[in-house]
Amino acid sequence: MAPAALVMEGVSKHFAGVQALSNVGLTARAGEVLALMGENGAGKSTLLKILSGAYAPEAGRIQIDGKPVTIASPADAHRLGVRVVAQEPEIIPYVSVAENVYAGALPRRGRLIDRAALRAKVAADIERSGFSGMIDPDQLGNSLSPAQRQLVEILRALSGTVRVIAFDEPTSSLSDHEAETLFALIRRLTATGIAVIYVSHRMKEILHIATRVLVLRDGQVVGERLAEETDEKELVRMMVGRDLSALFQRSARSPGRTILSVENVSSADVRDISFEVRAGEVVVLAGLVGAGRTELARAVIGDVPLTAGKIRVDGRALQLRSPRDAVRAGLCLAPEERKAQALLMKRSVRENISLAVLQRLSFWHVVNRREERQLAERYLRELHIRTPSIEQEVAMLSGGNQQKTVLARWLARDSKLLILDEPTRGVDVAAKAEIYAIIDRLAARGVAVLVVSSELPEVLGLADRIVVMKGGRVSGTIERADATEEKILSLAILDKAA
Amino acid sequence: MSQSLPDANASPPRHPPRLVLRRILEAIGVQNVSLLIALALLVAFIGGQNSNFFYSSNIATIGTTVAIVGILSVVQTVVMLLGGLDISVSSQAGLTSVVSAMVFMATQSAFAGIVAALVVGLGTGLLNGVIIIYGRVNAVIATLATLAAYRGLANLISNGRAQGYTGVDHVFIFLARGTIVGIPVLIWILVVVALLAQLVLHYTDFGRNIYAVGGNATAARLAGIPLNRYILAVYMLCGFVSALAGVLLTARTGSGQPTSGSQGLELQSITAAALGGCSMQGGKGTIVGTIFAVVLLGVLQNGLIILNVNSFWQDIAQGALLVIAVVIQQRRAGGRGIGLPM
Ligand SMILES: Nc1ncnc2c1ncn2[C@@H]1O[C@H](COP(=O)(O)OP(=O)(O)OP(=O)(O)O)[C@@H](O)[C@H]1O
Ligand SMILES: [Mg+2]
Repeated sequence: MAPAALVMEGVSKHFAGVQALSNVGLTARAGEVLALMGENGAGKSTLLKILSGAYAPEAGRIQIDGKPVTIASPADAHRLGVRVVAQEPEIIPYVSVAENVYAGALPRRGRLIDRAALRAKVAADIERSGFSGMIDPDQLGNSLSPAQRQLVEILRALSGTVRVIAFDEPTSSLSDHEAETLFALIRRLTATGIAVIYVSHRMKEILHIATRVLVLRDGQVVGERLAEETDEKELVRMMVGRDLSALFQRSARSPGRTILSVENVSSADVRDISFEVRAGEVVVLAGLVGAGRTELARAVIGDVPLTAGKIRVDGRALQLRSPRDAVRAGLCLAPEERKAQALLMKRSVRENISLAVLQRLSFWHVVNRREERQLAERYLRELHIRTPSIEQEVAMLSGGNQQKTVLARWLARDSKLLILDEPTRGVDVAAKAEIYAIIDRLAARGVAVLVVSSELPEVLGLADRIVVMKGGRVSGTIERADATEEKILSLAILDKAA
Repeated sequence: MSQSLPDANASPPRHPPRLVLRRILEAIGVQNVSLLIALALLVAFIGGQNSNFFYSSNIATIGTTVAIVGILSVVQTVVMLLGGLDISVSSQAGLTSVVSAMVFMATQSAFAGIVAALVVGLGTGLLNGVIIIYGRVNAVIATLATLAAYRGLANLISNGRAQGYTGVDHVFIFLARGTIVGIPVLIWILVVVALLAQLVLHYTDFGRNIYAVGGNATAARLAGIPLNRYILAVYMLCGFVSALAGVLLTARTGSGQPTSGSQGLELQSITAAALGGCSMQGGKGTIVGTIFAVVLLGVLQNGLIILNVNSFWQDIAQGALLVIAVVIQQRRAGGRGIGLPM
């Protein structure tokens, strides 16, 4: 067995009303990938934040290469060669990628920043990590996509001498292609004897990349398995505590009239898009990150002006000037970035869930508190949102539970067309199954559902029809019966001419 | 693994007794509890030095002196919850004070004077909103500009002098010195304004949407909340309440005052709101907290007078209090100490 690079023992941490970790132990070995799995709120991010010095545990010991150490601050962690790639990267908005990566350690010439050296350094880092073409050193922080923000965070982590590196759900904002690049990078890291800790909800990925899998439940270690000696079923049972029925269920759907018809629509970033979504049908927009799917979704709900084309809802051409017009016409969008676009971080779970239905819950503008509470409680149960109460500030929830809160808001609102942009990002298997079941029920009830997804199994499992986008255009449409991963990929990646 | 942990899915969650106390504290708001403690300490100290402090006449004095800054602080809180700021409240009050007195002199009708002032207040508030929304000007800059402009306008129409004499009209006298069931009218007005604001913020969808716009404008927009309408309405409300403050100023001084009496109210109202726990980014804060802060500042001011402290110390004390309050707030929030504090 490879020598232990990092040992954590007896780690406990609690927050007001929540025991996030109790007596957790972990051993990461040099040259191996230790995967950390567990349901949303199981304590994975908390464990990594303790490792990075962001949180102080109530109890616990840490050893690096056999020597006991204390990690009291991020600076300590950095000095000891410990890196944590955070679930929600902090990016400085109006400075370049290069400066973001080397913030705090900018190369200097005399008293001045050596911009040429900085740029060259970051360009070399990008090249070495295999991220060429995915990110430009001169791009400004505020213009980065979620995937690119993740890449910046990874580049930051790779600076200096690294002993242990932990990734907290790095692929939740990456497309499969980008994820492959990351795996290649991880393999190169382990080959040099670095210990990698890897948190993810994607089973396939874990079995693909990990050496061992450590499973957490409710802040406790359930067990550890060698990746090659275990399978999805066992891991799910360990995480959830029971067997899970099929991930995807399909009730009989009978697509009805056309609800949304997009006709030759163009906007700043998409060209000549046409497709339809009928009542009781799930259409998935597939493609690589950056193919223009989010932009298209925003155009459909009037958040981005159309430069050409028409959008019909229920047969009527609509001039949508703002999301408000769309919401009133029954088109709702649950956006991709929960923190920036969806959540009121300082407000309670209850207020976040009821935001889009306040009018319905009000009589003469007075909000019916009881109904509101019931609504929130109901979604807490249905989506298994893990929180001490509906009055908890959303900022205190784990990433996956925040995502479920966003979904709850939009599920609570009756809409004709519901657009879900990456609805299961960062959500655990059990909750995923729950979300898929809800989407299925919505469709069975006659709602038109448009899902943007980068996860191929999800695309295939959900869709009645798949619209594949590439470079701002529709590169093809596939019916459910003919859909395969290869077909989607070839439409998403390959040139038409080729 | 023998330890048994409470199952996160078990409902209803049970809480150990210490958590119950915690819950009660949370219901009042931790921020407010620290304000109350500060208030209690201050009252005990001042009262210990000079027991005249506790005379009901002195309590009423405190009440009437904080009434005007109080209603402005309440409306400033609403603006700040929305993520904005209105620095022009004081010059809107000055302008409308002059307007109310001049219209009163022209018509000899207090009613006409008051209505004119309120209408002008709605207008100045509307202009603030329009500049912010359609000019896409940052709220601080926009209202800093109108702070100067409205003050200039007030001086222009009044030639920079106090206008008229309202001290003979019974409506103005009633506003300034009247009582209802033994309590000064000014205090009643503050109570009504604060109560209305609290009810709207807490119980209606309007209030909740204000918190949403301030907390995350993108989320609010995607939820179908008409942002521009909310911004306009809140700035108009702010202008309206500033005009009410202007009328009360006229009533108290007996004439329309372009600047004296109103100058500085913008700082005091923002101080009270911030001290009461309002976030400068919007989306966080309560009317209750602001009222506690207003009372605290009023008691501080009164106490310094009663104890014969040089009046310049008042400003220093007020400034110090604000900084201390925000420092405590940041410590509690566990700010990460990087970058400029939010
Ligand atoms: N700052 C905080 N204050 C209060 N509670 C917190 C805080 N941070 C985390 N928690 C709680 O601790 C528990 C563990 O959270 P953590 O973020 O570690 O979960 P996770 O396993 O990373 O979940 P996910 O898969 O959703 O990211 C959750 O119940 C969460 O609500
Ligand atoms: Mg997490």
